[in-house]
Amino acid sequence: MQANLRPLLVLFFGLTALTGGAYPLLVNGLAQLLFPGPANGGLIREGERVVGARPIGQVFTGAGYFHGRPSALSPAYDAKTSGGSNLGPTNPALLAAVRARVEALQAENPKRSGAIPVELVTTSASGLDPDLSPAGAMYQVPRIAEARQLPEAAVYALINEVQELPLFGIFGEVRVNVLALNLALDRKAAPGASR
Amino acid sequence: MTGRAIAQAGIFLAILTLFAVPLGHGMARWLNGGPGWMGQLLGPVERLIYRVAGVDPTQEMSWRRYAASVLGFNLVGICFLYALQRLQGNLPFNPNGLGDVGPEVAFNTAVSFVSNTNWQTYGGETTMSHLTQMLGLTSQNFLSAATGIAVLLAFVRSLGEGQRAGVGNYWVDLVRSVLYVLLPLSLGLALLLVSQGVVQTLAGSAVAQTLESGVEQVYALGPVASQVAIKQLGTNGGGYYNVNSAHPFENPTSLSNFFELLAILLIPAALCFTFGSMLKDRRQGWAIYAAMTLIFVPVLALTLGSELSGNPRLANLGVDDVPSLLQSGGNLEGKETRFGITSSALWAVATTAASNGSVNSMHDSYTPLGGLGPMWLMQLGEIVYGGVGSGLYGMLMYAIVAVFIAGLMVGRTPEYVGKKVEAFEMKMASLVILLPAAAVLVGTAIACSIPEGTGALANPGPHGFSEILYAFSSGANNNGSAFGGLTVNGPFYATAIGVAMLIGRYWVIVPVLAAAGSLAKKKRLPPTAGTLPTHGPLFIFLLVGTVVLVGALTFIPALALGPVIEALQLRGAS
Repeated sequence: MQANLRPLLVLFFGLTALTGGAYPLLVNGLAQLLFPGPANGGLIREGERVVGARPIGQVFTGAGYFHGRPSALSPAYDAKTSGGSNLGPTNPALLAAVRARVEALQAENPKRSGAIPVELVTTSASGLDPDLSPAGAMYQVPRIAEARQLPEAAVYALINEVQELPLFGIFGEVRVNVLALNLALDRKAAPGASR
Repeated sequence: MTGRAIAQAGIFLAILTLFAVPLGHGMARWLNGGPGWMGQLLGPVERLIYRVAGVDPTQEMSWRRYAASVLGFNLVGICFLYALQRLQGNLPFNPNGLGDVGPEVAFNTAVSFVSNTNWQTYGGETTMSHLTQMLGLTSQNFLSAATGIAVLLAFVRSLGEGQRAGVGNYWVDLVRSVLYVLLPLSLGLALLLVSQGVVQTLAGSAVAQTLESGVEQVYALGPVASQVAIKQLGTNGGGYYNVNSAHPFENPTSLSNFFELLAILLIPAALCFTFGSMLKDRRQGWAIYAAMTLIFVPVLALTLGSELSGNPRLANLGVDDVPSLLQSGGNLEGKETRFGITSSALWAVATTAASNGSVNSMHDSYTPLGGLGPMWLMQLGEIVYGGVGSGLYGMLMYAIVAVFIAGLMVGRTPEYVGKKVEAFEMKMASLVILLPAAAVLVGTAIACSIPEGTGALANPGPHGFSEILYAFSSGANNNGSAFGGLTVNGPFYATAIGVAMLIGRYWVIVPVLAAAGSLAKKKRLPPTAGTLPTHGPLFIFLLVGTVVLVGALTFIPALALGPVIEALQLRGAS
């Protein structure tokens, strides 16, 4: 027993220090040296002000901005935490929530009459989803063009500019970062134009 | 199913095989002290560790000594991790000032991470200090995976040529697994992930004023990438954040998602080839790998197809969920836009096939049949690729049962790779297969019949039953993923699932090592005309059949009460 105890304790504390101390601190040092931007949250600055983190979505409500997906967090897009709705597909609460979102979207986008892209009425897994699909962004174009007094074609062109394609055309989805898109929109026409 | 979804899944499996084969053969050399650049590079470190720890690397351990060492090492791990959580409020590296963790959650988490389950009853960013995440959770991600590899090595040695008294040396297997396999791979993956936007800092948070309204948005930060890399590679799955790899700071891009997904299955798949290499008969490894893939693909097709077809109740409300070039479509509740349906479903099936348990979408919101696939893969015992080490030794136990059944059919003493399979090995294999299954069903039954069990549900009807069944399937098979709506941080679930995790890990490891001890002493018989070759299609078919039949007979009644009823309800609604 004694013979077994020394390797047990020395290896446990030695390997714990190696894998739980030295390894994360080494990764930390290298990350801060090589990739300081992304390692610290990918913060986006406009002049002096930090307006957001590129990977994390935020709340937009004005008619002149693209809105991200519904968030199950309360308050929405609270990045101190993370979480999904965990509602099952047959849960009446899910149906009621989707119905309410459909009605709200129809009221906000009177020029659109067709079916609504599913991501705009469903919550994401993290509650912090930064992206929309092109369909979800395009659905909002008439509202934004009107609020910003821009031709619709110019707004569609912005979506095209900002969208990111799947890796090698295969892995992942086509997506548009909502914060990047709204920043591009602000550069094109002042947000206050007609809000 | 769309063509792009099929292409994505197919190319993923091809790339997995491409990486797994050379890694597996390399591991067979590195882990057994063979020659090569790896040994030259890290050999001095390895020898230094042995000297300090007083380990004689040439000393063989009997299976009993090996098992006692595994259990002792894991027990110390549980105690240390429990203490660390209970005291974290007064320890350094706690920039967000988090308090001590409560006793039930601390017990559950300690068992969970040491047993390679990584079931999480807490939200990481709001519960665990940086110190706990690094020194407690990240380190156990390494050590529990290394323990899995070690037990596998012991079992494979027992199948090798020549009779031997022992099954190897646990300390050597442990050190080599960490040093030669897990650390180098994790270091590389962690840096790749940081380049994509996975955060890695000792700071606690960052703040922004949002673009439109200038409201403060606070971001929880921490040493994330270093933990994410090993939680994927070691089939651990315990995320830094509450929503695991669905969090944009844990998995921000298509590229990060691809490599995290690859890392889930990489080592478990590669170990099949390590197995073949160590037996000096690579066809044996390919046969096991083929059998695993044959189970994986249909389940993937079920889940992927079901998620792509979406929720019919939403389509009735004027929602467009048809997949197209402009949107992923499908059942997007609880899924991230950047992953869409295909990358989410592929992940859900991979993470439950391997006993990983990390998630990039919320399984609770899956369609009934979409959720059935992952649930059943766990119930099979996590042997389709499976946990690091544990998946393959579980599958080899099924192989023993398969050759036994074949032997019964022709009235001949069964053998596997030349080793006679007799009553003792069969008893051990039965224990390995039956104990976790019993823990799943008994645990579910208890939880369904007491208010502490049913009061924790988030969804009504059969979906609520699925939440409980999923929880015990995940715990007793050391997966760690969840139907997350279920509230599991109360005393009942924290304790019951804690016990299920202990059963699923250690009551499997001990019989596996006992079988290894018995097999090691046997002579390897040369194949004769009557030997069932265990590398051909007949054996692969027999093995798949055994796994599927055992899994089906044990769990179909329970599955019928949950996902199957719900699927019929959903179909009725449309």
